[in-house]
Amino acid sequence: MAEIKGQDDGVQIDLISGERMDGMASMEKIRMILDGVRDGNIVILEEGLSPDEESRLIEVTMTEISPDEFNGIEIETYPKSEAADASILDRIMGKESTKKLTVIGPANQIQTLHKDETLISALVSRK
Amino acid sequence: MGLLTNLKDSISRAASTLFSEEDPKRIGIYGPPNAGKTTLANRIARDWTGDAVGPESHVPHETRRARRKENVEIERDGKKVTIDIVDTPGVTTKVDYTEFLEHDMEKDDAVRRSREATEGVAEAMHWLREDVDGVIYVLDSSTDPFTQVNTMLIGIIESQDLPVLILANKIDLEDSSVQRIRNAYPQHETIPLSALEGDNMDEVYDKIAEYFG
Repeated sequence: MAEIKGQDDGVQIDLISGERMDGMASMEKIRMILDGVRDGNIVILEEGLSPDEESRLIEVTMTEISPDEFNGIEIETYPKSEAADASILDRIMGKESTKKLTVIGPANQIQTLHKDETLISALVSRK
Repeated sequence: MGLLTNLKDSISRAASTLFSEEDPKRIGIYGPPNAGKTTLANRIARDWTGDAVGPESHVPHETRRARRKENVEIERDGKKVTIDIVDTPGVTTKVDYTEFLEHDMEKDDAVRRSREATEGVAEAMHWLREDVDGVIYVLDSSTDPFTQVNTMLIGIIESQDLPVLILANKIDLEDSSVQRIRNAYPQHETIPLSALEGDNMDEVYDKIAEYFG
């Protein structure tokens, strides 16, 4: 449980390396992301989530939404070109390319999360 | 050689048991809130069974729990395709009860609605991984389709190797642009329609039969 930040503490940004994510199970990754976001942090993943993990992230996020406390996440992904197509062998083996940058933050603090082909732009307000 | 033949036969038998022609395919209608999923589900159900699936409304998350219409028989060119239609809540990553207050709701009703909506979306995501054989992805052609939720959902559907039919709904609206949807998801065929007016439903049924038959 992270400490409660004061109004002047600013916004914490957690940049999480692909190496750190490699050693984690899907639910560990989701727990880490949601714990960070619920503390008001912006979480940036060097390598994003697989489609299955993205689906579970939405599912778990929904189960944790509660009125006046947590109303969900904003998420944006900037895919690297090599992530466009996993090889057939990788798909058969259940390996999905996750080489993509992903930004996740609390919905009530992210004013705009905009993406174009080369840029993700977020305006973040303090709680 | 004999072993290989037996293995192929048993796989073939297992596959034919799992995907028997007799069994209706469970087709999930997915998409963002207010894309017209329930209007489409009702249109299909009324056209082929005479009954509706659920109430329609302009208020987001009118459909908060998935609703299923079973054994919908669609006839195309003398062939019958039987599907179970699963109308799902609009998928989103956030639900804020205060948005419902703008639709003349009391706080208690708004909170209850948001709780039901979150449960419904969680259930729909679970079903997408476990319980559908194909997806009709409905988009509002008068709004920007290139959102992260749409991209994620279509990626999730593709990763499951599920057949997906993208429908560009609301072509009756002035701001509609089917091409905008085609440009956003060029890897899939996009079919224009107005579920509200019933425009182009013949092509939709042709494609349902082609994709899910």
